[in-house]
Amino acid sequence: MSDSPLDIVSQEYEAGFVTDIESETLPPGLDEGVVKFISAKNHEPSWLTEWRLDAYRKWRDMPAPVWAHVNFSPIDYETISYYSAPKSQTDGPQSLEDVDPELLRTYEKLGIPLHEQETLAGVVKQRPNVAVDVVFDSVSITTTFKDKLAEAGVVFCSISEAIKSHPELVKRYLGSVVPRQDNFYAALNSAVFSDGSFVYIPEGVRCPMELSTYFRINAQNTGQFERTLIIAEEGAYVSYLEGCTAPMRDEHQLHAAVVELVALKDAEIKYSTVQNWYPGDKDGKGGIFNFVTKRGACIGERSKISWTQVETGSAITWKYPSVVLRGAGSVGEFYSVALTNNYQQADTGTKMIHLGPNTKSTIISKGISAGHSQNSYRGLVRTSPAARGARNYTQCDSLLIGGKSGAHTFPYIENKSATAIIEHEATTSKVSEDQMFLCQQRGIDAEKAVSMIVNGFCKDVFRELPMEFAVEAGKLLEVSLEGAVG
Amino acid sequence: MSLLQVDDLHVTVDGKLILKGLTLTIEAGEVHAIMGPNGSGKSTLANVLAGRPGFEITSGTVNFEGVDLTPLEPHQRAHAGMFLAFQYPIEIPGVSNMEFLKAANDSQRAAAGLEARSAVEFMKSVRTLAESLDLNPDFLKRGVNEGFSGGERKRNEILQMLMLEPKLAVLDETDSGLDIDALQTVANGINRYHNSGNAVLLITHYQRLLNYVVPDQVHVLADGRILESGDRRLAEKLEAEGYAWVTA
Repeated sequence: MSDSPLDIVSQEYEAGFVTDIESETLPPGLDEGVVKFISAKNHEPSWLTEWRLDAYRKWRDMPAPVWAHVNFSPIDYETISYYSAPKSQTDGPQSLEDVDPELLRTYEKLGIPLHEQETLAGVVKQRPNVAVDVVFDSVSITTTFKDKLAEAGVVFCSISEAIKSHPELVKRYLGSVVPRQDNFYAALNSAVFSDGSFVYIPEGVRCPMELSTYFRINAQNTGQFERTLIIAEEGAYVSYLEGCTAPMRDEHQLHAAVVELVALKDAEIKYSTVQNWYPGDKDGKGGIFNFVTKRGACIGERSKISWTQVETGSAITWKYPSVVLRGAGSVGEFYSVALTNNYQQADTGTKMIHLGPNTKSTIISKGISAGHSQNSYRGLVRTSPAARGARNYTQCDSLLIGGKSGAHTFPYIENKSATAIIEHEATTSKVSEDQMFLCQQRGIDAEKAVSMIVNGFCKDVFRELPMEFAVEAGKLLEVSLEGAVG
Repeated sequence: MSLLQVDDLHVTVDGKLILKGLTLTIEAGEVHAIMGPNGSGKSTLANVLAGRPGFEITSGTVNFEGVDLTPLEPHQRAHAGMFLAFQYPIEIPGVSNMEFLKAANDSQRAAAGLEARSAVEFMKSVRTLAESLDLNPDFLKRGVNEGFSGGERKRNEILQMLMLEPKLAVLDETDSGLDIDALQTVANGINRYHNSGNAVLLITHYQRLLNYVVPDQVHVLADGRILESGDRRLAEKLEAEGYAWVTA
């Protein structure tokens, strides 16, 4: 890292550029006509149009949640546009050759390879052997390695495509984990989601490569409402990663996604997130409101769902990736690093719902607060009477940098199983002057020292990330901590 | 030009005057020992040389190879060749010892305009050094000082010194709390490090370390000043008679 002040300024948010492309964008505002328009754009069957309209009507009557430890002015949903798509993409499916070159350059800037050959030839070294689905504003642009995945029977495509190619799977599982009326933002998403990723791993198949979706908000005053559905049949395995960036804009932008995971008997889904939405500037102006519902259902016996998240972006994060442990002996895991700086606010954690016997869950949460930020862990561990022998282990550590930030922990334990064992450990610490001085005395400057100490603090979580992304996550922390030491 | 030239140094900590006109000259190739009663300012001298925040120089000068040290940040002093072995080495959980050493070495090399050493070669040389200090290779994978015994922490400081090859090593009571075998290991490490191009400043309460690391000069620091200097026989006299005769 260079010490030049100019370099440091330019490093603040590297993904903050705007791509100048022609897009087709709906005027702001939401009514049944908008919902129908989106559904018609995707050529959806009538059951899905009805499903969306039902969600919309439920959402209209719901209040926005106010219980999170975050503070923002109410959102005017009439000022948001609910659909924006690059113009060259509006007619049917395309190959990479048809993609607007400006878009390709956007992804090159972000370091996301869309050309399979290059990746195979090792030209793009950052993400070897990773298939990528790219969602730009409201639509999926391209999915790489489709053929190779098809050989293994794996389906990896945009959800709009899956609605056409695998309607029975979509109909069966869409909303099965996160119902339409689940919460305010999930209902909104159900009404207006325009695209997202779909993954299906057939029985007994171990997905031959990492799957990844890259989300990018580009257009101004648009919301992004993507929907992800991952189904792992009996004995299947998949590791999936999502990354997110957005341009720097003075206005807040809303991102309300829904992710549903379904694991059948002996299946395993590993879902990792590196979330780097634009966090707003030093004074808290602008940034993404990241209000996301993520939930997995371990339906089958001995199934396993593991969430790993590295959250460094967004002005406000409201997110609780959860696991419903229904199958006997199923396992849920949640590994989280949430870093807030400047005026960012995060209220994040998980829910582990133990329904089946001998179900196990592990929660490791690392919150880092710098600047004037507020960082909250909120977690629920619930066991039903049927969850005999259920086990949970929760470790929740907070690290404070400087004297103006806040760390908060809200653990909820609801135990109805007489034989369950639930453990909760929590610590709060500060990056000490002694630690800083030790690093500096050995020649490591203050910025690098903080990032090294924070990385060490997060080690238990980083080791859960796929290797290629662990490095990226470390770098992201370093950039996000810019200016955290005086 | 001396390696270290301290003149009439006055230092306050929390507004309290601790060093009251300390003068000390160290040449390359020398070993100096500073002894003195508790609270005399020994650790203050060590910390002020390394640039620890909170130690304020109110008057006097500190020159390192002819360069004024006082405006330099702690990491810049390290780059210049100043090393402090801490009296109480602190833990950095999750940052492995090896990772820490590599980061320190990389930044010092970068400051000197040199490329980072390759990870493989670096790890090999660290392992060799660790062995010479009777440190189990596993210990390099553990967090910095995380769960280390007192003796391991002190030996770890010596390992860092050997790895970084500073020009001046200030050892703040590195011998305290060591058993006789560990003391010998630490002393061997110091002797291995020391050559005609660098210097050692030992801060100690006991003359036993000086049986293994032979000082060129011994100083008595009391009440913020050096009251007496001599050769190693001074240390023996202090051991036998205490400090009363110096401070009287």
